Amino acid sequence: MDQYTLNLLIVGASFALYIGIAIWARAGTTAEFYAANRGVNPVMNGMATAADWMSAASFISMAGLIAGVGYANSTYLMGWTGGYVLLALLLAPYLRKFGKYTVPQFIGDRFYSQSARLVAVICLIIISVTYVIGQMTGAGVAFSRFLEVNVSTGLWIASAVVFVYAVLGGMKGITYTQVAQYVVLIIAYSIPAIFISLQLTGNPMPWLGLFSTHTESGLPLLQKLDQVVTDLGFNAYTAQGSMLNMFLFTLSLMIGTAGLPHVIIRFFTVPKVADARWSAGWALVFIALLYLTAPAVGAMARLNIIDTIFPNGPQEQAVEYEQRPDWMRNWETTGLLKFEDKNGDGRIQYYNDAAAGFTETATQRGWTGNELTINNDILVLANPEIAQLPGWVIGLIAAGGLAAALSTAAGLLLAISSAVSHDLVKDWLVPNISEKGELLVARISMAGAILVATLLGLNPPGFAAQTVALAFGLAAASIFPVLMMGIFSKRINSIGATLGMLVGLIVTCLYLFAYLGWFFIPGTNMLENVPANYLFGIPPTAFGPIGALLNFGTAYVVSMMTQAPPQHVQDLVESIRVPRGAGAATHH
Amino acid sequence: MTDKSSSNAYWAANIRIITICLVIWAVVSYGFGILLRPMLSGIPVGGTDLGFWFAQQGSIIVFIALIFYYAAYMNRLDREHGVEEQ
Repeated sequence: MDQYTLNLLIVGASFALYIGIAIWARAGTTAEFYAANRGVNPVMNGMATAADWMSAASFISMAGLIAGVGYANSTYLMGWTGGYVLLALLLAPYLRKFGKYTVPQFIGDRFYSQSARLVAVICLIIISVTYVIGQMTGAGVAFSRFLEVNVSTGLWIASAVVFVYAVLGGMKGITYTQVAQYVVLIIAYSIPAIFISLQLTGNPMPWLGLFSTHTESGLPLLQKLDQVVTDLGFNAYTAQGSMLNMFLFTLSLMIGTAGLPHVIIRFFTVPKVADARWSAGWALVFIALLYLTAPAVGAMARLNIIDTIFPNGPQEQAVEYEQRPDWMRNWETTGLLKFEDKNGDGRIQYYNDAAAGFTETATQRGWTGNELTINNDILVLANPEIAQLPGWVIGLIAAGGLAAALSTAAGLLLAISSAVSHDLVKDWLVPNISEKGELLVARISMAGAILVATLLGLNPPGFAAQTVALAFGLAAASIFPVLMMGIFSKRINSIGATLGMLVGLIVTCLYLFAYLGWFFIPGTNMLENVPANYLFGIPPTAFGPIGALLNFGTAYVVSMMTQAPPQHVQDLVESIRVPRGAGAATHH
Repeated sequence: MTDKSSSNAYWAANIRIITICLVIWAVVSYGFGILLRPMLSGIPVGGTDLGFWFAQQGSIIVFIALIFYYAAYMNRLDREHGVEEQ
């Protein structure tokens, strides 16, 4: 059986599984559609949350980002997990106790204000739409590489599959499909990692293999890696990074994670407050299975790539272009891996030509510039081929990448559709809509969101990569602070929270637009995007915590100067702080 | 609803444990993983130092332990103050 048929079979089988689950878990009521009837076991919910959270960025890009830089990119590992501590301690149990369906609904009720709720809906839609574009693009890449269809066909197939299980099943269908998708993606991620760890260190557990001895050289793996990368002029893999940047960026990712609406709504689906606490822990356990493996995947892939290019070590001759392995040929056709024979010797020289200290060595060796460019995003997908693993492992990676992209897309689409049908239509435009009518609106808005996401995925706006920073920045600067203050302070009032959100939202947008261009249109930026121009050295991608601080500060000062919230709102805060009395929070 | 005094003691105990957990959360990630890494450079871990391990794996493991500890602690606290869900 050839590779193509194998890929098709494995991906096809995984899709059949998702659709089968969706038909079994159809939603008949709005409670099932928005919150799976609050009947999801906390361990299952943890697994679904993990799949919801781990997107194409975690599955496809993260290990590559770490491989390229080493220690300094540990920020992704800490940032994308540490947010769960904030969620579990500061938000999840209280929002579950509140017992409603959407994040804007909590903001609207707690701050007794329709305008606060509208601002929250706007933030939610901006955050979720920018996020979903990235997922569709990721799914498109996986399709075009492994199923040899063009990106558009691949995207329409992906949308059709998401449409079936998300529109039919709502949160219920999505949750159970995500459990299956988690299983697919974690197996797909672990198997190549285990094989590669065995090849390099003899240790079948990649997270231990990372700190074990490299069998071939007898040195610790990380020391060996430091050695080969510095031999080629790169910074040592374990070298110190900029502390301020790492600190702020990690903080931005953590607070952003805790403010992402599609993650928060997962905690509405469990039966009890106690389950919401456990569920956050289980989610992190399942996330950690991938996140503890990712740094090993990154380090080992970097070592394997250098070993492929310099089969006899970096001190010896590089491999001849004509002798390059098949995986390089395959990825060259996608344009994500490029070779340019600058010195015309027919060999692939890969080194850091930007390092001033290395120019002399390079000249001595007759090198006239780095000849190989590898897009970090191909690393995880190409990993099984680099390590020469059997064909079914390659098919599995394709299915895993698609599972990661589709599960996150579905979670985001649900967050968007519930904000539209519940926050806008049910509670604002058509308050007396019937349950059936609301369910229909929810399904139509879900279908609409899928269509918009697919169209944007087909013609990804050039700014898609930057908007992810915007999504995190906004979640950190607008949603997280008001949720936290709404729970931990009875004094924050409607005007304080609304102004806080607006200040956080506007200042964060302005800071990003100043460096990345107005609405991310290239060339319209007022300041060049270089560290010398940054306010206190803060890069735009790490501005989230500053926006959050401004939000907290504004809300506090304004609330103190204006009237305290009415008694029924203070009672509401009192009631969400204790698990007992489920119905207490539902009155208006 | 429980009476005011009991619920305030419950809330104060909750704030106390949240503060303790968040201090640990910050120390392992921002502390050991980033700012204090040079201080820990003398402690070797598999070819590198302890700070590198905390940044890439250690902090994640501590995060998991913190969430489970907090969940267990709070579920017990709920019962002690008679505010658990029935």
